[in-house]
Amino acid sequence: MPAWAALWPTSLAEAWDNALLALRLLAVDPGLGGLHLRARSGPVRDAMPLPVATRLHPAMGDDALFGGIDLTTTLATGRVHQQTGLLDHDGPLILTMAERCPPELAARLAMHLDAAPRCLILLDEGTDDEAPRAILTERVAFYADLSDVALNDLTPPTKGGTISATATITDAQVAQITTLAAACGIDSMRAPTFAIRAARALARLSGNDHVTDEHITVACGLVFVHRATQIPENTPEEAPADADPPPPDTAQAPDSDDDTTMPDIPDTMLLDAIRALIPDDLLDRLRATRSKAGRGAGSGAARRSNRRGRPLPSHRGKLDGNARIDVVATLRAAAPWQTIRRIETGRDGLHVRAGDIHVRRFQEHADRLLIFTVDASGSAAIARLAEAKGAVELLLAQAYGRRDHVALVSFRGSGAEILLPPTRSLVQTKRRLAALPGGGGTPLAAGLDTAAEVAAQARRRGMTPTICLLTDGRANIARDGSADRVRAQVDAQSAAQAMRTSGFDALIIDTGQRPSTQLRTLAQTLDAPYLAMPRADSARLASAVDAALAD
Amino acid sequence: MTAPFPFSAIVGQDEMKLSMILTAIDPAIGGVLVFGDRGTGKSTAVRALAALLPPISVVRGCPVNSATTAEVPDWARGAGDTLVEVPTPVVDLPLGASEDRVTGALDIERALGAGERAFQPGLLARANRGYLYIDEVNLLEDHIVDLLLDVAQSGRNLVERDGLSITHPARFVLVGSGNPEEGELRPQLLDRFGLSVEVASPRDIDTRIEVIRRRDAYDNDHAAFMLRWQAEDAGVRARILTARGALRKLKTPDSAVRDVAALCLALGSDGLRGELTLLKAARAYAAWRNDTALTRSHIKTVSAMALRHRLRRDPLDEAGSGARVGRVVADVLG
Repeated sequence: MPAWAALWPTSLAEAWDNALLALRLLAVDPGLGGLHLRARSGPVRDAMPLPVATRLHPAMGDDALFGGIDLTTTLATGRVHQQTGLLDHDGPLILTMAERCPPELAARLAMHLDAAPRCLILLDEGTDDEAPRAILTERVAFYADLSDVALNDLTPPTKGGTISATATITDAQVAQITTLAAACGIDSMRAPTFAIRAARALARLSGNDHVTDEHITVACGLVFVHRATQIPENTPEEAPADADPPPPDTAQAPDSDDDTTMPDIPDTMLLDAIRALIPDDLLDRLRATRSKAGRGAGSGAARRSNRRGRPLPSHRGKLDGNARIDVVATLRAAAPWQTIRRIETGRDGLHVRAGDIHVRRFQEHADRLLIFTVDASGSAAIARLAEAKGAVELLLAQAYGRRDHVALVSFRGSGAEILLPPTRSLVQTKRRLAALPGGGGTPLAAGLDTAAEVAAQARRRGMTPTICLLTDGRANIARDGSADRVRAQVDAQSAAQAMRTSGFDALIIDTGQRPSTQLRTLAQTLDAPYLAMPRADSARLASAVDAALAD
Repeated sequence: MTAPFPFSAIVGQDEMKLSMILTAIDPAIGGVLVFGDRGTGKSTAVRALAALLPPISVVRGCPVNSATTAEVPDWARGAGDTLVEVPTPVVDLPLGASEDRVTGALDIERALGAGERAFQPGLLARANRGYLYIDEVNLLEDHIVDLLLDVAQSGRNLVERDGLSITHPARFVLVGSGNPEEGELRPQLLDRFGLSVEVASPRDIDTRIEVIRRRDAYDNDHAAFMLRWQAEDAGVRARILTARGALRKLKTPDSAVRDVAALCLALGSDGLRGELTLLKAARAYAAWRNDTALTRSHIKTVSAMALRHRLRRDPLDEAGSGARVGRVVADVLG
């Protein structure tokens, strides 16, 4: 979501004002869910007049959050003491370091919010592409990014005014808001619901008893901008004329200072056309097919993770030399039995049995790296370079969603170059991709070699690389740079052979005018899924896919 | 807590609603899995389901909702000997719930106080004869999944620890929801769900507007809205009761069984569970329609939801398994 927010920058002071307004609206109607506040800890965030709230931390245990038996007091007094959890307190909630929130906690918080709507403020200190779980951001209406707001930009919060008890909204206005949400490409039905609530709250805040068009514009701006997946160019005709102007923030986007991002968005038509052709979950499938292939890398080379493991709830288990005991959990499990065991054995002291032992568990997580290797040669690829770029953009969006790293290699003319070393910056990748020129020969072998090099480096750094090759497969430049079609093919095969030996995962997308048999052979050599990127002919795709599966 | 959004006020999502109604008519179908994007009304529908279910009669105070006093387990305390009508339980199993909380564990109060070995029932006990709902089911921890698989298979929950040996019935309809983007579901667990539906946001602008209007009315004109739709819910509930009666009298011609078998054979679904579920679902649907005999059209309607999750995965089939079922149904049943 922040990726799109970056494409539609609001002016900086506006981000601050929006956040202030969002907080006032939340005070009027907690049913708006809350605010996702993206800012590093610092004077700007401290200046934000956050409501008095119960503060939560992602690492908090269930007992602290939801209450339960207070073990310390219970053991001391011999009678059961229940303690209340933090969530039992009324009023708003603040989740600090929301970007670190584990999925279990996010899911339970979401369930809690669904049961009894209350204001949740997500303090998000994520950098780049870290963000809180979508299940939470989905349930809060507002978003504000204060990371670039300077202290000078701050305006004091507005106060007071009379708040009216209710505000009415007309059916036409409801229709207008819903239409606009659809035009922004927002699928979830929560967004228009929030926008309507926000419009009502705005009206009440300004002392009105009905919602005006201005309220709607502001409300849609606050709720839709960060959720939008497309720019609402043609609002469908059935919408009233005043639904037409998109929220003011979006209208300014093209001429704002962040000019580099806009041209990177390919024509929506093109994107849609390609979207129809590329399976939505290509990366998932890639993963699925890989695991099925059962081509283990053998033993040895334990995979190091370059991130710390995420602690999981400890689990009843045996101490087998590898496992680490979780002392607290073990004592906790043993505690209730103490009286019984004491009576049974007639022995004083602590009774811990094997069945009480809990061991710690961590989830290790190796980052995946997708190496896009794009053929930018002048052969057939040039005709479809734009489409290939569109395809990469779609894959990028998927990669972004799963926190993968990406790298970009292109080959044309006499050699290959690394356009972008492994990164997680979506914007940077899109920029480089857009600037990618086309023309020249097809040094396929050089492209594969370079990709393999990047992959090997990444593996040494603990990542799991996957090479995604987009080419028409008509190699005509050999490794030594000579224009020799036959040798070029042989070289490409041997490069692929080497890649296979190294055990890198790969995926081949054929960008040629018609599926190439040479490329299919290459895919066989690599043991990689082969996918033709056809024009608008799904039958051909199906047959190509069948052929790939038959291997 | 306010009353949940009424079931009948949910716009569209007919397949999801039908699948839930079918399990209410015949719990033996074995649960529903709802997969879809965020904000499509998955959890709304499940929470609304409780209001739709006819009440059950249980022994007062029984922790496992026994139907007769003879069935009350010997470890249960405080169970009376009179029968009361209670709403069908719909129990939430939250992610991150500990094993003890799910299966039940030692009663701490009595263990510490009296030094007695007593059992405190868990969520599985409460869900007996009702529904067990798992939101974000694909994120459920593996060891809890293992446990559920075992209980869902045997219909009994067994707790064995330190001389505490307890067993109690745990028959429930498993309802799971999730977002496929977040992760896959283990095939073993997938198989335990009788029906599977995929939901998406409505594509049609008028439908979307209607969804938003009703939601707004629910939020802002609560009393009137609930009055209007609770009446509808009562109608659905009555129809479910009628259908339960009709199900017993329903005729199942041999040709229908043959159709079901031919369909599953053509689809290559693993095992016989597909056939059984499809037959049960089709019968429940026929009862819901108040028809006297099972026909081909009933089978056609429910085939996608009963079979789509039982196919071998074809990782590169673009259309999705629902469409594959549709194609084969058209081929086999015409």
